[in-house]
Amino acid sequence: MVNEGREIEYFMKIRQVVEELSLSVLAGEDFLEQEVHWGYCCDLLSRVMSKGKKGGLWITVQTHMNIVAVAVLTEIACIVIPEGIQVEEEVLKKAENEGVVILSSDMTAFELAGKLYKMGIGPWSE
Amino acid sequence: MMTSRNHIMEQVYTVEAGNFVLAGEASGQIKKVLKQLGVDSNIVRRVTVAAYEAEMNMVIHSVGGELILKVTPERITVTARDRGPGIPDIGLAMQEGYSTAPEIARELGFGAGMGLPNIKRCADSLNMQSKVGEGTILEAYFDIKAR
Ligand SMILES: Nc1ncnc2c1ncn2[C@@H]1O[C@H](COP(=O)(O)OP(=O)(O)O)[C@@H](O)[C@H]1O
Ligand SMILES: [Mg+2]
Repeated sequence: MVNEGREIEYFMKIRQVVEELSLSVLAGEDFLEQEVHWGYCCDLLSRVMSKGKKGGLWITVQTHMNIVAVAVLTEIACIVIPEGIQVEEEVLKKAENEGVVILSSDMTAFELAGKLYKMGIGPWSE
Repeated sequence: MMTSRNHIMEQVYTVEAGNFVLAGEASGQIKKVLKQLGVDSNIVRRVTVAAYEAEMNMVIHSVGGELILKVTPERITVTARDRGPGIPDIGLAMQEGYSTAPEIARELGFGAGMGLPNIKRCADSLNMQSKVGEGTILEAYFDIKAR
């Protein structure tokens, strides 16, 4: 993606992230071609709301309905739930309807973030 | 509910206390409307953050209220008006990190005490009035012309 004509931002497709880290797709199977430009790891929703932006990948242990609202409002592309934490069917259905991808992994948030960083996904930038 | 006359648009959304499932719907609608109107994306982002925080505050802290979006050619206003319990000390409530959110809300990741400061940061101006026993009115203004 060209950023105001200045530089080319690095990104991956969600699908590549899923494949490289062997993540499970809990919701949004049809939206894996979206781009991931940044990662963020936080469980406080106000922080995510104020920082989150389009093309983000968000790691959180929160699994309730409001994470979908936060992702929709910030246009975060996908949510990654660590440590194999279960997500209720209703939340997955809502995510599916809203076009939000929810992924899951047995890894901890720390491991996931470390691996994503190595793969070239950086923090938000202005 | 939409009235449109003299380029003024107003929409009212009901916000239910304690309903974490519907929480975020009203701000989602506001975002959708502003995008459809072709409002600048930076303004849409700021209005959305403010609307979300105001909506969540009514869900978590109030007995219920409404979120109102008003758009004129010059500015966007987001009003959150609830029916109580009111805020005893607005200065204190505005402080970053101050929160009276109950444990149940904190466990869900709410209650960071950043909502009101976030609204203040996002809005071009903010007006808040509250009366204990009556309710709170929060009005956040966003200039459409240059910030
Ligand atoms: N609509 C409201 N009705 C009553 N109290 C409120 C309302 N909005 C905010 N408050 C009070 O202000 C405090 C700070 O709000 P905020 O900055 O959004 O943080 P948080 O919602 O995370 O507690 C709240 O904890 C609450 O005590
Ligand atoms: Mg709040």
